Amino acid sequence: MDFQLIGRILPHIVEASLLTVGLTICSLALGLVVAASVVAGRFSRMTPIRWLATAYVSVMRGTPLLVQLFIVFFGGPQFGLELTPFMAGVLTMGFNIGAYMSEGIKGAIIAVDKGQGEASRSIGFGRFDTMRLFILPQAAPLMIRSLGVNTVILSKSTALVSTIGVVELTYSAQRFVTSTYKPFEVFAVSGAAYIAIVALISLIVRGTEKLFDADRRVGA
Amino acid sequence: MTLDFGVVPSYAQLLFTGLLWTIFITVLAGSISILLGIAIATTTLYGPKLASLPVRRITFLFLGTPLLLQLYLLYYGLSQVGVMLPAFWTGVVGLGLHYAAYNADIFRASLHAVDPGQAEAARSLGFSRGATRRLFIMPQAIVTALPQVGNNSIILLKDTAVLSVLGIAELVLNAQRAISETYRPFEFYFTAALLYYVVNLAMEFLLGIAARKAEEIR
Repeated sequence: MDFQLIGRILPHIVEASLLTVGLTICSLALGLVVAASVVAGRFSRMTPIRWLATAYVSVMRGTPLLVQLFIVFFGGPQFGLELTPFMAGVLTMGFNIGAYMSEGIKGAIIAVDKGQGEASRSIGFGRFDTMRLFILPQAAPLMIRSLGVNTVILSKSTALVSTIGVVELTYSAQRFVTSTYKPFEVFAVSGAAYIAIVALISLIVRGTEKLFDADRRVGA
Repeated sequence: MTLDFGVVPSYAQLLFTGLLWTIFITVLAGSISILLGIAIATTTLYGPKLASLPVRRITFLFLGTPLLLQLYLLYYGLSQVGVMLPAFWTGVVGLGLHYAAYNADIFRASLHAVDPGQAEAARSLGFSRGATRRLFIMPQAIVTALPQVGNNSIILLKDTAVLSVLGIAELVLNAQRAISETYRPFEFYFTAALLYYVVNLAMEFLLGIAARKAEEIR
């Protein structure tokens, strides 16, 4: 182990991790919006919209993220869609993780006791208000775990955008390997950075779960 | 914008060869991930502390870092210590190791979930500890683990695309070859995606049948 080298590359790796975190946060934000829309589609009263939402989830989950990324980044210009690598990455990962997250949210909504919705409807609340006021608040604590797992997966899949030239953690690690020929040192530092990011996400997820638990106790 | 899927059929053979390699890599890496996953699960459950603790730690490292980073580490790291492994095997082993960590978690949970009465019964009939695990506990755990391990294998199929980065001529790399001759990225990546989707659906179908069979056995 060359500790001097580790000390030298550490600031650069930290900087690159910030970009990885940025990619994760931007994709997560987009992913949540996509997931919410897909879930709305899957509970729609119009059959074609339900089909469309289901097909979307199936296709996004059934094809490799890397290929989706290449379609957007390399195929986009054929449609006049010229994106920066960062934008292409966020767009693809957001739409991809949104499909996965929609499954978790859907599961949580289904897990809420059916009687809750029926009761709310029978005392005159509309479909939208029933969802907003009664179903979603009860479903929220149930979806945190799966949203958290997907966020961890997302943070690791940001490594794929290194292939289209975003200098995030993996790309900068690769650069240091080719310039120093010390793969173990470089990958030890960048691997530790990923683990730190994953640990941070897990911590946030656990904190949020506790928050909801405390909420429920107060409410009870 | 001009889309021209007319160029795709003349590269059908290249894409099809790539697809076959993708399936072959999935089978190889999938087998490694399942066998090694079982080995890791049994070591961490039944092995001596001296073995189980380091194995647990290493598994954690595999779960916490991206596949691509692990592939690069294997690719560049092995040559630093003087091991010359062809890129193909680096990719297959890397992919297998990565998913072994995921499968190990599932097998461990499934081994845990087998009714303790099963082991007690086998032991009281005179089977040794090893034979009890091999003949009674393991088969039941494998049946329980099947749906989730199958799911992981489908995810593994999609992650074989990442091996193109190491220069392994699977579906994505062959699509890239066609693109470098035709400058039609959308058409070829789209076709590749379609092929992945079809194999994905086929795998889901087969695993559905296997899961139902497993349910019957249980």
